[in-house]
Amino acid sequence: MTQYLIRRLLISIPLFFGITLIVYGIYALAPGDPLTAILGRDKMALMSPAQIEKMRHDFGFDQPVIVRYAIWLGSALHGDLGYPTTGSKSVLENLQERLGPTLLLMAVSLVLALLFGIPMGIIMALKQYSAIDYILTVIAFANLSIPSFFLGLGMIYIFSLKLNWLPTFGMSTVGDPFSWGDLARHLVMPSMILGIFNAGVWARYTRSSMLEVMHADYVTVARAKGLQERVVIFRHAFRNALLPLITIVSQSLPGLLGGAVITETIFQWPGMGMLSWRATINRDYAVLMGVTLISALMILTSNLIADLAYAWADPRIKYD
Amino acid sequence: MSDSSTVSAPATEKQVQNNLELRSKSQAPSRRVLRKFFRHRLAMFGLGLLVIITVLAVFAPVFAGYDYAEQDLKNTRQPPSATHILGSDSFGRDVWSRMLYGGRVSLQVGLLAVGVYIALGILLGSLAGYYGGVVDFIIMRGVDVVLCFPTLMVIIFAVAILGPSLTNTIIVIGLLGWPGPTRLVRGQILSIREMDYIMAARSVGIPDRRAILRHVLPGVLPPLIVSATFGVAGAILTEAALSFLNLGIRPPEPSWGNMLSQAQELVILEQQLWLWLPPGLAIMLAVLCINFIGDGLRDAIDPRQRDY
Repeated sequence: MTQYLIRRLLISIPLFFGITLIVYGIYALAPGDPLTAILGRDKMALMSPAQIEKMRHDFGFDQPVIVRYAIWLGSALHGDLGYPTTGSKSVLENLQERLGPTLLLMAVSLVLALLFGIPMGIIMALKQYSAIDYILTVIAFANLSIPSFFLGLGMIYIFSLKLNWLPTFGMSTVGDPFSWGDLARHLVMPSMILGIFNAGVWARYTRSSMLEVMHADYVTVARAKGLQERVVIFRHAFRNALLPLITIVSQSLPGLLGGAVITETIFQWPGMGMLSWRATINRDYAVLMGVTLISALMILTSNLIADLAYAWADPRIKYD
Repeated sequence: MSDSSTVSAPATEKQVQNNLELRSKSQAPSRRVLRKFFRHRLAMFGLGLLVIITVLAVFAPVFAGYDYAEQDLKNTRQPPSATHILGSDSFGRDVWSRMLYGGRVSLQVGLLAVGVYIALGILLGSLAGYYGGVVDFIIMRGVDVVLCFPTLMVIIFAVAILGPSLTNTIIVIGLLGWPGPTRLVRGQILSIREMDYIMAARSVGIPDRRAILRHVLPGVLPPLIVSATFGVAGAILTEAALSFLNLGIRPPEPSWGNMLSQAQELVILEQQLWLWLPPGLAIMLAVLCINFIGDGLRDAIDPRQRDY
């Protein structure tokens, strides 16, 4: 296990550098002069060529791209991700502020997706080829196929505009003191919309995984022992069917973070997704680099944790 | 809780079916796959509807009645009527016509973007799987790195830099999708590479490139087609999301996603349903159909599925 752990950690190092390389690479694709992008055309026009040359040198823009990458990486490793084009807070401070709301949203949507998806999958597997199986299959596919923004608009239309039950934007009602109930009401729609895709994925996954396990020899043995069907299903089949879910859940993280961009934009949820959308509209590269870098590192870490958790949970994994 | 009979009864029925299939083994495998696919009810439903959608989109000028950019500023936001089947938008443009042209965009992005990344996946996956060693290590670490990125965030980042357009949308989705097919192709090749007929091909001196193209890739194709089908559905959803965020196809060029974008205005959302309900349903139906087809193909192709 220790050896596996070390191996797995070591392989994360090139991945980390790969991630930073891609983030910087996309940025380096930007057309036009980086100094103009920072200072703006008007300011540049007022400066003498010598001044411009000096600033170019101070920012390091006269260096080759690989050196600039190294400089950026160096400061990023020290937590310096630069400053956005607007506001006085650094990119890192912005991210710290936005991380909490996004993680909350993602966590709630994950739990919702698991609560809906897994029971759905189990029912489908136990009633294979029945009418229920068909109906749930169609529902699961609908979950996979409905665009989150369309569902979001539909839900706002029904639950906010027509029924007036749920708030349409933000994390809390403006002017009201903080309360958990208020936060929960604001969370309902965004988290459902963010979670619906995964609920469909996991329902389908659980179905096929359960079916596979139900035909495994050890389940037949459990039945042959005369165990109750309930025990066979939940103690023997279910546990093994859900084991790979550790990996599947971890693999859903990129999708959740990407989906957060849409969900947060629709519901004005003050998280990283909305931050990155705003930054795109403002062409705020420092923020975009920061958000992308942090998201990728979060995913890298969670994949690592998931692999280790899986190795711990499934003794069949060989550590070589 | 259900007793074991409900679980195993359909299985026996399936076994009977399998036995029947075994008896008619003289049939080519591809015909068996096709027959299985055509028996998949959801897939047939999806295929039928998708054919209709495709015909409407491809022959948009025939069915549209209006040009998608034709403005009529005196008759803006008109509810559905005989002149405008699905009403008109904020510039008096015909919503039905824009829907048809928007369908073209969706299908185009879906097919082209997936085409790009499947091609990349075949190339990189073959290299990794066939040569192994350092080549394999580098390509697979590349896969790991790309998989660490939330696709939509990277796409948005790239669009902020390259600017939003149809071509850029296709390129960016295409350049980010290759890890899946690369893994698939590599995995398949690793298992096929060890088979006797590849050894035979090598031993008679067939060059690597030809061995891969002629003898290895055909075996990889079926699962790749399944993954490409689901990929098209995903790419259509991504394009719609991008256009909805105003980062994909820009008006006046219509796309189902950017048509929905107007509904962020509360008046439209609350009172002018014809402006956002049809394009939303169109995306959903198109994607649903493609997913059903993908499911049917997988059921037909994947031999493991036959056990149950």
